[in-house]
This record gives sequence, C-alpha cells and structure tokens, in this order.
Amino acid sequence: MLQIGLAHYLTVGAVLFTLGIFGIFLNRKNVIIILMSVELMLLAVNINFVAFSHFLGDLTGQIFTMFVLTVAAAEAAIGLSIVMVFFRNRGTIEVEDVNRMKG
Amino acid sequence: MTEGLVFYLFAAITVASGVMVIASRNPVHSVLFLILAFFNAAGLFLLLGAEFLAMVLVVVYVGAVAVLFMFVVMLLDINYLRLREGFLQYLPTGAVIGLILLAELVMLVGSWSFAPSAPLSVGSRTPDIGVVTNTDALGRLIYTDYAYLFQVAGLILLVAMIGTIMLTHRTRTDLRRQNIARQNARTKESSVEVRKVASGGGI
Repeated sequence: MLQIGLAHYLTVGAVLFTLGIFGIFLNRKNVIIILMSVELMLLAVNINFVAFSHFLGDLTGQIFTMFVLTVAAAEAAIGLSIVMVFFRNRGTIEVEDVNRMKG
Repeated sequence: MTEGLVFYLFAAITVASGVMVIASRNPVHSVLFLILAFFNAAGLFLLLGAEFLAMVLVVVYVGAVAVLFMFVVMLLDINYLRLREGFLQYLPTGAVIGLILLAELVMLVGSWSFAPSAPLSVGSRTPDIGVVTNTDALGRLIYTDYAYLFQVAGLILLVAMIGTIMLTHRTRTDLRRQNIARQNARTKESSVEVRKVASGGGI
C-alpha cells in the first residue's frame, strides 16, 4: 500500500484529467473556469509524463513536459486575452453569448 | 514508507483542490485552489525526482499563469453567480461521462506494466543523480538534442505575446497626450493675439 509505483501516479493523473472534463461540463457558461479546467487537464498530462519519465529512467518525458508547460502558458495567455476582448465588446463572458459568427 | 505517506498527502490535496477548482462558487477561490493544486503537483514532481520541473511549475504556473487568471477574474466586472445557472442541470450528464472516463482510465492504468523491451527504447537515459543533477541533465539534453525544439518553444511564447498584445491593445481617442513637436512648433504669432477691447464691454 505504501509502496508507490507508476500506477499510483497514473491514477492521480487520471483523476485530475477527469476532474478537468467534469469541470467543463459543470461550468458550461463561465469561460474562465473552462480555461482553468483545461489547465487541470494539462497538469494531469504533465504528471503522467513525469511519472513515466521517472519509472522508465528516460529524461525525454521531462523535456516534453517543459514543452507542454510552454504551450499551456501560451494558451492561457491567448485564451484570457480573447476573454478580455470579448468582455470589452459584449459585456459578458457567457459561452452561450458567443454566437456572433452564427456557427 | 515516508515517501508513500508524502505521496498520499500531495495526491489527496491535489485532487481535493482540483475538485474545489471546478466546484467553488467564487472564481477567485477557484484560482486560489488552482494554485494549491499546482503547488501539490510540484510536490509530486519532487517525489519523482523532477526538481527543475517542480520549480518551473511553482514559478511559471503559480507565479505567472495563475496570477494572470486572478487578474482577469478581478478585472472583469461580472455577476459570477449568474454564470453558475445550469450548474445542477449539467451535473448528471457530466457525472456519468466523468465516472465512465475515470473507470476506463483507472482500469487502464491499474493493470499497466512496461513491456520487457521498453527499457531498450529509452531515448536519453536519466543519469545517476549523484553524478549529474536533474537540472544539469535537462540542460545538457535541451541545448543539444532538443535545441531546435527549444527555439520553437521560445517562438511559441513570442507569438503568444504578440498575439495577446494585438488582441488587447486599443488606441484610445479620448486621451489628450502631449505632442512635443506641436508644442515646439508653436510661435508667438500663432498663439498670442492682441485685441482691442472696448472698455467695460468684455469680449
């Protein structure tokens, strides 16, 4: 029980990933919480990468985690600036109000 | 023994704060719980021997991304309670899908084991921690084998920065900025006028 193996870390990653998806379902209206849920999912992926890297003795997983972190930071910045611009134009951040393009 | 207990502590707090991120009423609390989740994930990374990534997670994620989230949440003047309407409406669907996904993932990872040939395919072996530290080893890899990808990562950040500035920047017309050239071009003739005013009449 107290012997920690790969499966433990992968389970934490799986739970966090599921929480991210669950958060997107629950907060269908609030874009900011959706972005936070995406961050949670990326964190779960990172935990998986680092766990595999550790238990396989391969540093490539950690390098890949760095790139995931980079892309996640860029995504958060762009996403939040889109939210800002949208709020400035429409005065709301509800996902249901994002319909100007009639998609 | 101790490692196991510490793992369970970090994992439990990470998952619990993950729950609070998506469940709390106030988005500010969500961001704070996101920060807690990142801190504890950094602890998990430390347990896995990835010190550099743990520090990057704290510095970049807590220090930059989470604070950015906090800024945006506080900048926008929104009634967040209204955004939570329909929270319970989507709860059953979300719970079903989440539970199915979780069950599948746990079944998958619970029976996970490396193939016997997996260690043969290791690309860059982790050096002995006593000889080369984690940060050193990552640096040696990233500036040699992954140098181009590292540059591309920098470019991604640059593009993100330019995009963010382009999106949010606006030229305001209601400001009265100082125009030094116009100030210097003023002459006495163009700015001072002598008028003959009838006494007692005013202009």
